[in-house]
Amino acid sequence: MRGWPLIKLLPQKTNFQFVRFAKLFGALSAVLCIASIIGCFWPGLNMGIDFRGGASLEVAKPAGQVLALDDIRGSVSDLGLGDVQVQGIARRDTNVADGSTAVVRFQIPEGADQTQVVRRVEGAISGAVGEVTYSGVEVVGSKVSGELFRSGLIALGLAVVLMFAYIWFRFEPQFGLGAVAGLLHDVILVFGLIVVMRLEFSLNMVAAILTVIGYSMNDTVVVFDRLRENLRKYKTMPLREVIDLSINETLSRTIITGLTAVMVLAALAFLGGEALFGFSIALMFGIIVGTYSSIYVGAPIILLWGVKRGGSSDEPQPVKLGMASRP
Amino acid sequence: MIHLSRWKVVLLALSLLFGLLFAFPNVLTPAQRAALPGWLPSSGVNLGLDLQGGSYLLLEVDVPAMREKRLTNLAEDARTVLTEANVPVTGIVRQEDGVMVALANPAQIDQAIEAMRALVTVGPSGTVDRTVQRQGDRIRYAFTERAMASMGSDAVTQSIEVVRRRLDSTGTKEISITRQGAERIVVQAPGQSDPAELERLVGQTAQLTFQMVDVENSLQEALAGAVPPGSEVLFDDVGTPYLVKRRILVSGENLTKAEVTTDANQQTAIGFRFDGQGARRFGEATAANIGRPFAIILDGKVISAPTIRSAITGGSGIIEGRFSIQEASEMVNLLNGGALPAPLKVQERRTVTAELGADAVQAGAISTAVGFLIIVLFMLGSYGLLFGGISVIGLLLNGLLIIASMSMIGAALTLPGIAGLVLTFAVAVDANVLIYERMRDEARSGRSVIASMDAGFNKAMGTIVDANLTTLVAALIMFVFGAGPVRGFAWTLTIGVFTSMLSAVLVAQVGLALWLKVAKPKKLPIAE
Repeated sequence: MRGWPLIKLLPQKTNFQFVRFAKLFGALSAVLCIASIIGCFWPGLNMGIDFRGGASLEVAKPAGQVLALDDIRGSVSDLGLGDVQVQGIARRDTNVADGSTAVVRFQIPEGADQTQVVRRVEGAISGAVGEVTYSGVEVVGSKVSGELFRSGLIALGLAVVLMFAYIWFRFEPQFGLGAVAGLLHDVILVFGLIVVMRLEFSLNMVAAILTVIGYSMNDTVVVFDRLRENLRKYKTMPLREVIDLSINETLSRTIITGLTAVMVLAALAFLGGEALFGFSIALMFGIIVGTYSSIYVGAPIILLWGVKRGGSSDEPQPVKLGMASRP
Repeated sequence: MIHLSRWKVVLLALSLLFGLLFAFPNVLTPAQRAALPGWLPSSGVNLGLDLQGGSYLLLEVDVPAMREKRLTNLAEDARTVLTEANVPVTGIVRQEDGVMVALANPAQIDQAIEAMRALVTVGPSGTVDRTVQRQGDRIRYAFTERAMASMGSDAVTQSIEVVRRRLDSTGTKEISITRQGAERIVVQAPGQSDPAELERLVGQTAQLTFQMVDVENSLQEALAGAVPPGSEVLFDDVGTPYLVKRRILVSGENLTKAEVTTDANQQTAIGFRFDGQGARRFGEATAANIGRPFAIILDGKVISAPTIRSAITGGSGIIEGRFSIQEASEMVNLLNGGALPAPLKVQERRTVTAELGADAVQAGAISTAVGFLIIVLFMLGSYGLLFGGISVIGLLLNGLLIIASMSMIGAALTLPGIAGLVLTFAVAVDANVLIYERMRDEARSGRSVIASMDAGFNKAMGTIVDANLTTLVAALIMFVFGAGPVRGFAWTLTIGVFTSMLSAVLVAQVGLALWLKVAKPKKLPIAE
């Protein structure tokens, strides 16, 4: 029937003792999360104009010609528009960074007419580097940017709350806590990546993080589903062993799906052009940490809190986390 | 259940039919689409502004400025009507929703109230928008609570109408103008080649007024700071100052038509015609002021200030000025579109040229194709020709259904939306992966082929539904809080969840049931 040997990423049956290392990885995750949170304030997020207001102008010369970025920076800075950023990007038509295309970002002074400010900047750029084409303009007023930022944060917060409610409803409170811990972990680490890679934090990035939240939950649900099933099936098996068993049983699926998504997003990041790069990188990273967190954050938290097991005992049985020996 | 159930085959056939039917217009040229019979779907996928190029403008109606102006007019109305009635006024104090008038002689208060009551017009349903009340020995002249409350909302509604008239007359296609929130308007103009022109068209209030030039008072004193009450200093476009009475003789509201014409010296001019009320007022005002100059003012700028030679009773005239033909025709367009009740402030503007959009489409198409290919190779490699192939067929059906659904709904496909599409493919095969892995588990634990396939579908189904619901929740939040491109991403994600559940699960069930029936296998090929 089949003409080729199937790819085997894993042996048929794995028996990794994930929970054994939960303490170690838990500590690592905690450190990374704290570092990411600090990073969001210092050095801080690279806010796009969606959230901090201002204008961004895409400037291009014909292919093969080089834009003098320093001249642009100098001439636009002379207009006194505060913080001016000039950044070379890949050409849109060939997706190659040949120095012919750049994005210029600047602020619109309070109360100034944005149309006129943009026109002055265009004049300054043309004066500095000769004739160029302006292929895209974005201007966001300070009032709107504040609102966008607020609603972006509300969206992220609401997503976490809704997911918690959903898991609580579908499973048990302990599961909900585990899922939300995993979720927060993923979101915080994606923020960390955004800070480290100096990616632009924009509306698209919020969409990427929301998707990471959806995916991370997706992954967690698959593990939890199996965990619930095994808890019913093996009523006397210690909780830590049930957790290990469930993760091992779903490991093959976790890896195959995660790998597919990561490969596809890599194609998007490197072929999709400048506009999709940050977005795809954040998604890709989010899916990797989402996979990791459903193994190392979500499930161990359940272990920490204990869980009601049908029949045998009504009280949750908290289990001490540690490197305790297995028979 | 792993037997070939009739309704599943029917459902599959129907979704394939739906997909083909609604996705079909996308491969046609616009001319071919137009030639399709009316009962066939003829719309293709609607590209977002970031993919086809165009302008997005978020405008805010300056309601405070409009209130301010309405209150100014209220004060001027009161002043004028009392002066005409020979009731001297000592002061008009501005209040939140109206004015308080103090008279020089309190004995004239009844006479004053009667004169001012004439200003209150009764609306069609017997409602009034302003009231005149005696308060001690002063008179309160104010808008009603209801008029104050609806002022902002009415202004937005009216502004949308005006903007639509102005933009449509330039012949651009498919401009969408919608209200957002209480005081905002979103203008989306695909393919608009000159965003600056678009902005100029919506950026002008186009309030045309005819006001008398104040010749009784000194312009020099007014420029030095002593502006007489009831007058103001305005300038023309070369900076010449004029002292103009605040009272409006006739305004653009009474205009029925404006057109480009030429004056006696063959200079470009703007011809206009008033309606009955406007013609009467203009006739009376010109008859009473022969020999004096009046000013024609557009958005606070004096266009010209001719001297009245004779009463103009016909209700039409021409405005002379230093216009080029282009300026004149743009002004005519603005005047015919009507004035905005309040200035519009641009709060957000995003413009993408058509070339940039085309490049984005190309990059999106390449990365989608590569992503798709990766998934196909990976699935075939992991699960073999039969099981992997069934997933690939499911994926193709999924793609078809997404395109068909997007075409049918008319949701815009944006650049992040393309990313959503690619991601949807990756998540769609997850349903197959869950089912196949479950089958492997069951087969390895010693069950028969049929039993393990059965268990695979049954046990995986709950997980698949649970997992997809979480994605739906995330997409829902994007709908509520996101705008533009983000909403496009949410669209593809949402549609993808539904189509992938349908195609991945249904195709696998029907395909594998067929295989069972035909091949009668002894063991599961993926379980080794």
